[in-house]
Amino acid sequence: MTETDPENQNPSLLRRIRARLVPDAHPADDRGRMRMVLDSLILHLHPPKVPDRTLKWTYTWGLGGLSAVLMLILGATGAILLNNYTPSAPQAYLDILELRSNVWFGELVRNLHHWSANLLVIIAVLHLLRVFLTGSYRAPRELNWLIGVGMLLLVLAANFTGYLLPWDQLAYWAITVGTGILSYIPLVGEWLSRLVLGGPEVGASTLLNFYSLHISFIPLLIFGLMSFHFWRVRKDGGLTLPRRIDETEEPRVERLTTIPHLVRKELVFALVWIAAILIFAMLVPAPLEDIANPGLSPNPAKAPWYFLGLQELLLHFHPLVAGIILPGLAMLGIFLLPFIDINTASVGIYFRSRRGRSLSLLALGLAILLTPLWVLLDEFILDWSAWLPSWPSLITNGLIPMTVVLLPLILIDDWAQKHLRADLEERILFLVIFLFTAFGILTAIGIFFRGPGMNLYWPWLMPEVVH
Amino acid sequence: MTENTAPETNVSRRDFLKVAWAFFGGLAALEVGGIFLAYLQPRLAEGEFGAHLDIGLVDDYPPGTVTHISNGRFYLVRLPDGGFLAVYHRCTHLGCTVPWDPAIQKFVCPCHNSQFDDNGMVENPPAPRPLDLFPVTIENGAVRVDTGTILQRQTFDTAQVVYP
Repeated sequence: MTETDPENQNPSLLRRIRARLVPDAHPADDRGRMRMVLDSLILHLHPPKVPDRTLKWTYTWGLGGLSAVLMLILGATGAILLNNYTPSAPQAYLDILELRSNVWFGELVRNLHHWSANLLVIIAVLHLLRVFLTGSYRAPRELNWLIGVGMLLLVLAANFTGYLLPWDQLAYWAITVGTGILSYIPLVGEWLSRLVLGGPEVGASTLLNFYSLHISFIPLLIFGLMSFHFWRVRKDGGLTLPRRIDETEEPRVERLTTIPHLVRKELVFALVWIAAILIFAMLVPAPLEDIANPGLSPNPAKAPWYFLGLQELLLHFHPLVAGIILPGLAMLGIFLLPFIDINTASVGIYFRSRRGRSLSLLALGLAILLTPLWVLLDEFILDWSAWLPSWPSLITNGLIPMTVVLLPLILIDDWAQKHLRADLEERILFLVIFLFTAFGILTAIGIFFRGPGMNLYWPWLMPEVVH
Repeated sequence: MTENTAPETNVSRRDFLKVAWAFFGGLAALEVGGIFLAYLQPRLAEGEFGAHLDIGLVDDYPPGTVTHISNGRFYLVRLPDGGFLAVYHRCTHLGCTVPWDPAIQKFVCPCHNSQFDDNGMVENPPAPRPLDLFPVTIENGAVRVDTGTILQRQTFDTAQVVYP
């Protein structure tokens, strides 16, 4: 506020401070009102006006915004958790016990941090899925897709490093199994594993390494990329415009001012979610088991839930295939998507086209049907290493089952192309939805159906974990 | 600026300096990266695990027994023929601690159900190779195990067994 009341040429000290801190809520003229809006910090992030169509919340579902809200909760709760935590074994575990019983709201703050972190993984993946399903990563938004995928990886890294910090049995063995995959990377695996763990197995150095990554390196990177991500959204012309499936001509766009139309929605949305998370955190405690015991693996020992799809793959394939080749190909595919799937004509239409919608349903159904079938088949019938005992396990337990899985996928794709006349973007849609659903089902099997000895059980007949 | 004193070359002074600066900049980045990696190398905490452990006399371990030495992270296996093996208790699949199941005379991993016989040989995948070993030495009837040296192997071989 530069304008002052002409009748009051010499405002008091208090008024001068107030004028600088709180802008005049009711400028007298249009010009003053416009200035007030433009000077707002909010418009550093948002454009002054946004198309009314993008405000429809069933287009974006507010997933990006919710991720940012969760980041804020995580930053705030994480910062104060630091005041009651020592990153050394066994003190770390004792600190968590102390936090739960002797610190005011300690349990609540820990629960908030824990549940927000887990929710963030889900929301960030859904955000990525939304952007994919509406084709919103296509030109000129390819770079922002890459930044987003980078942030998703960092979120997983933050989650994984944080998982170890309570130093209980759950943490210790999840990290042991999770980092075990590293040593299968050709050439540098053993070295990398030792570097990350700070020794041959998870121990005091691992705790310190993970702590330092969790509280400094990863959050700094995420903060930098978040700023970059927001800035690019603006530079790329804001959100993509949602369009109906049969809409051929360019949609008519009406622009509304960001303040209040967008900002008010965002604030209400954030408030509702914060309330929901708070209630959840009050009712559901974050898990904590006995103190870490390196001599005793619980049965079963599972990785963090978001890696259980990977762990399920590890039950069926040689570790080099399941832990390195398949995830590597998947990551490469995700990074390359916006450069292969380039038809800008269908941007903003969920599932691309009518045929795209049918194909998506088909992919969903096939994945739901085939994935459990394959898991059962591989678990009980296929046993290549017993049938071909003299062959190396990389072939019997890796390349052969991989071919068994990939071949039907290629056949289905070929069929969709020939008989359904699916074009490139529809085939990509089919493939991605199939693989995504299949991975989701593998994750669910890992979470709910794997019991002692990693054998399959019905969830309602699951025996207790043996410690 | 207009006069070129080295007519045979087509590299301008500007290009040369650009390349030179990029070279030294890259070199500096490599040095910084190297320092980071070297700084972060694991330091071995000597004392507990990683040291030479004296675990008693040969006669303390009758033939055909498997004894868990938990502070050394290994099983001392005394084969029925009297030979000794120190088997690292870490599963070669993903690093879980494998318990010895005396009922079926096997190591059974709780994480992914890998199974190993008393030599540490894989009887059931997904474990890709036999359990690792530590070197055993026997002097004057006393057994000593070097837990600082992890011996990876692809198969069982009688040369791995140490006889008193």
